[in-house]
Amino acid sequence: MKALRKILDKQGKVFHKGGKLEKLYPLWEAQDTFLYTPGTTTRSASHVRDASDLKRIMITVVVALIPAVLMAMYNTGLQAFRAFQGGAEPLVNWQTKAMGAMGFDILTSGDWITFMVHGALYYLPVVIVTLAIGGNIEAIFAVVRKHDINEGFLVTWMLFPLTLPATIPLWQVAVGIAFGVFIGKEVFGGTGMNILNPALTARAFLFFAYPAQISGDKVWIAAQTSPDGYSGATWLGETAAATGSPAAMLDQNVGWMQAFLGLVPGSMGETSALACLFGAIVLIVSRVGSWRIIGSLVVGSFVASALLNAFGSETNQLINVPFHWHIVLGGWAFGAVFMATDPVSASHSNTGKYIYGFLIGVLAIFIRVLNPAFPEGMMLAILFMNVFAATIDHFVVQANVRRRRSRYAV
Amino acid sequence: MLEEYLSLLVKAIFVENMALAFFLGMCSFLACSKKVETAIGLGMAVVFVLVVTVPANNLIYNYLLKPGALAWVGPEWAQYDLSFLGFLSYIGTIAAMVQIVEMTLDRYVPKLYAALGVFLPLIAVNCAILGASLWMVEREYDLGQSLVFGLGSGIGWAMAIIALAAIRERMRYSNVPVGLRGLGITFILTGLMAIGFLAFSGILL
Repeated sequence: MKALRKILDKQGKVFHKGGKLEKLYPLWEAQDTFLYTPGTTTRSASHVRDASDLKRIMITVVVALIPAVLMAMYNTGLQAFRAFQGGAEPLVNWQTKAMGAMGFDILTSGDWITFMVHGALYYLPVVIVTLAIGGNIEAIFAVVRKHDINEGFLVTWMLFPLTLPATIPLWQVAVGIAFGVFIGKEVFGGTGMNILNPALTARAFLFFAYPAQISGDKVWIAAQTSPDGYSGATWLGETAAATGSPAAMLDQNVGWMQAFLGLVPGSMGETSALACLFGAIVLIVSRVGSWRIIGSLVVGSFVASALLNAFGSETNQLINVPFHWHIVLGGWAFGAVFMATDPVSASHSNTGKYIYGFLIGVLAIFIRVLNPAFPEGMMLAILFMNVFAATIDHFVVQANVRRRRSRYAV
Repeated sequence: MLEEYLSLLVKAIFVENMALAFFLGMCSFLACSKKVETAIGLGMAVVFVLVVTVPANNLIYNYLLKPGALAWVGPEWAQYDLSFLGFLSYIGTIAAMVQIVEMTLDRYVPKLYAALGVFLPLIAVNCAILGASLWMVEREYDLGQSLVFGLGSGIGWAMAIIALAAIRERMRYSNVPVGLRGLGITFILTGLMAIGFLAFSGILL
């Protein structure tokens, strides 16, 4: 460890003021603070004495995301395997060749190592592209605008690939993350100053710019699903078109436990409610994620789905989907735990957080059920409420001011 | 009946938001959104003007301008088609209404009157307001529908400008590049907010 410190210090001389590469200081500083806790202390008022700084908060989120990442790789492989079992052909691409070259038999071997490696071959390129493009944009901004590169980007970098389907073209990943980091974050001044969640902005940008690949009306499996053999329709779509009770239909087609564990097709990291539950526990216990937002979000979704169920419908079967199915479908759990709790783009006041979470919960269900164009409502509901987070805060603060003023009637 | 009005209201507020789905009324939307208080004032004024002018223009169109509208005067009047006067009369109604709002604010809320400045009389040429009247004609709303439509468009526009103002107040802590400060970042913000509002596009009510 000492040797590493020495290398960093030796390099550091070149980057400090007066050094040759003074302009590139943020790059060195980023390396240094990723590896070591900075030794600097606050020089002026106000002193906050807490170990929980930006660095630790962001790293906690990264830890909370690990199960989702593992599930992403495993499930991508598993879904491909199930498709092969159903008669689909493997995709003609380098991933298939690489699997063959490494001696894995993706068509018949159903053990978890094959799944993990096969999934990783789809997941890791997306992560690498995200890191390369997004990281470079962030670094350029940091150098030109002289702000630090911080761990905030690590979170965006972890979140964004998890919201994407395995089969997404890599250039779309690049365009999406570029938009998210550049327009979503850096033009506002970097981490902590953005209005919308950068990962969500990137995802929404792709969603609206390239709806053919990503809008979710096709299955996202790393296998050739057409023209024959394996059915191409998603089971969520089948449910919407079905005539019987949707809960029974889903139970029969998928099984609640399968959906809860995340062994269903979908975006890479979003399918597993169990991995998200683990993340939620980590975030709530470490108090990095707001339990107010997660809690009120659950209540909001419950109220909305109960209302819709009570209302009922003959034509739109999605209205009859019960609450316990909503929370394991699509990106609900992932959004509730990792996207809605983003402390920057959420409401900042405690009362505001209750309102913010509740409205996300309600909107997510309503958009999912009532908007035939978008089967996935969670992402859009969170984006919409990000827009109104500041408004909620404003009115909460004003109400507080009014209440206190009336206490001292002047 | 009630259900139809309710869906029209929701549609006008969210799905066809004047500011963020059609980008109407952008001049005052961008210029008067620095402070939430001002934005609320302007929003209320726009709601009021829309609620009054859309139904008023509906009456004007149905009983004076539309082909055959003058039949109530006498059978020989039924042949006239005055719809070419549409723009002129709608703008006239709107301008008169704005004048009334302006005088009321000047008398009772002088602070808001001063804060809104030139943008209050400019409501008269706010395209969101004329747009609502023209849509009302094009979509052949009846009197009740145009009242609901006016209210909905107004609330939608007010919501958008209040949200923008709250974000801009929060952005005092942001470190926006010098070249983008002011209007530049507001344009980007409007675009991002519009992405948020896209959540509702495609909802069939």
